[in-house]
Amino acid sequence: MAESTFLDSTELVLNMGPQHPSTHGVLRVILRLDGEKIMGTDCVIGYLHRGVEKIAENRTWTQFAPYVDRMDYLAAVSNGLGYCLAVEKLLNVEAPPRAQVVRVILTELNRIASHLVWLGTHALDIGALTPLFYVMREREAALDIFERYCGARLTTHAFRIGGLQYDLYDRFETDIKAFCDMFLPKVDEYEELLSENRIWKGRLVNVGVLTADECKEYGVTGPVLRAAGVEWDIRKALPYSGYDKYDFKIPTARNGDTYDRYIVRLEEMRQSVRIIRQAVEDIPEGPIMAKVPKVIKPPVGEAYVSIEAPKGELGYYVVSDGSTQPYRVRVRPPSFINLQALDRMARGGLVADIVAVIGTLDIVLGEIDR
Amino acid sequence: MGEEQNPEGSAPLSGDSASQQKPAAPPAKPAPPKPPPKAPAVMATTPWEDELTALLQERFGDRITGFYTYLGQEFLTAQPEAVPDILEFLKLEADFDYLVDITAVDWPKRERRFDLVYVLYSFARNHRIRIKTEIAEGERPASAVPVHLTANWLEREVFDMFGIEFEGHPDMRRILLPEEWQGHPLRKDYSILQQDTQWVRENLGIESGQ
Repeated sequence: MAESTFLDSTELVLNMGPQHPSTHGVLRVILRLDGEKIMGTDCVIGYLHRGVEKIAENRTWTQFAPYVDRMDYLAAVSNGLGYCLAVEKLLNVEAPPRAQVVRVILTELNRIASHLVWLGTHALDIGALTPLFYVMREREAALDIFERYCGARLTTHAFRIGGLQYDLYDRFETDIKAFCDMFLPKVDEYEELLSENRIWKGRLVNVGVLTADECKEYGVTGPVLRAAGVEWDIRKALPYSGYDKYDFKIPTARNGDTYDRYIVRLEEMRQSVRIIRQAVEDIPEGPIMAKVPKVIKPPVGEAYVSIEAPKGELGYYVVSDGSTQPYRVRVRPPSFINLQALDRMARGGLVADIVAVIGTLDIVLGEIDR
Repeated sequence: MGEEQNPEGSAPLSGDSASQQKPAAPPAKPAPPKPPPKAPAVMATTPWEDELTALLQERFGDRITGFYTYLGQEFLTAQPEAVPDILEFLKLEADFDYLVDITAVDWPKRERRFDLVYVLYSFARNHRIRIKTEIAEGERPASAVPVHLTANWLEREVFDMFGIEFEGHPDMRRILLPEEWQGHPLRKDYSILQQDTQWVRENLGIESGQ
């Protein structure tokens, strides 16, 4: 009797990645296929593992701050904010009002920059080449402001434990207002290009559906959760850095499919502009650093602090043994936990949809692997 | 960095420098004021009491060993075998339906060396709490996957980094490191320069990754 070959089986195993343009980094997905239908997926991650949490235990609290920028490198400002807030919580200090407002402005600007990269690459994966060039043009303007403020564009290390290192440069307010005026019409432009496009809708509507209950079971947060109809945003639920002072909406949608997540993220960019405009109108005068000791030695204790990063809940669980070095820094990365839902979203769909589903999760492998 | 010194931290220093500036001061002078008491070496927690703790206390009794607050954040400590029951109870009867995170902390000098930490959130209550439990080396705590699906990868990461195996986990494999890797890097006795040299040699064809 002849030995059975793969032709006798209806199931085909297909390896995707780790070097694949639409996995947004080095992600390997093993797909089990029946014809074109996905029967199951298995993610292989860790290619970018650098041991960030181990490094933290071998640096001082201050020295570790620049390392967090290198996790979600598209949203370095958010990472830095979360870490600073966590250490400030341990020290029981709060950044002065001026520093808080500047933090809000830069973090929201970074949210826009991060969403822009998502939009461009997601559209590119689906086959729409043009938006990528448009979003990179606008993102450039945001990165220019980071550069003028702190000298770096990507891994900004913009904040310090207790406040800011640099005060604002002279034309900061003008630059920010000019960016907002320039940017809002661009969001309409993206919508004009994509929202009613037949191919775009054909590839996105009812693809990768994740209901609200499934989101909660998988711990999925951020725009993915909101697209499933849950009006939950840490900036509103557990406000930090003075977000409660600003008037903004939490955009939600109902179906929890890939198209809804696109709509939610576009609206989030508009809301970010709204926050920035309110914040820049009212930057209080005063110090930019709270009274923190030069050598940071938080008392023995622990804290969990999280912020609404562009991808979802970014949490830091920090433990101090009273010395100058962290005893433990645990990062709760939104991308890592959101990626776990990939199997549920892709199963039963077509093999072509896996690209749309990975794109819509907006993952950054630097943050997943740490 | 801020220019100012923490008043508590600077108090003993300024006392020292004052005595150095006047070395010839007569010994009859009154002793300098005592430095403020040092920060305690244990976490300065306060008890946590509300209707939720009363509910849990009634349901679990001795299996929950304490309710604490630190910096306005609430957590409870429990016996390891009680944790899945507590998670299930909190999910079904107290709306804590979102398991935010599972992680561990290594305290090698302690008899039960690991702290397992569960972070929970309730959308309905807008409340976040933590559950902490102590695990000894080689002990196999029960998996939380039957209660919260998100525990799957989180527990795999704890296993990968600390070597804590979860009983009843559907897929107890490493997640970030290669499957054949020896050692668990986030243990305190794993040096930052340490690596699995044999794995590096066999798979990367180099003597060292450093």
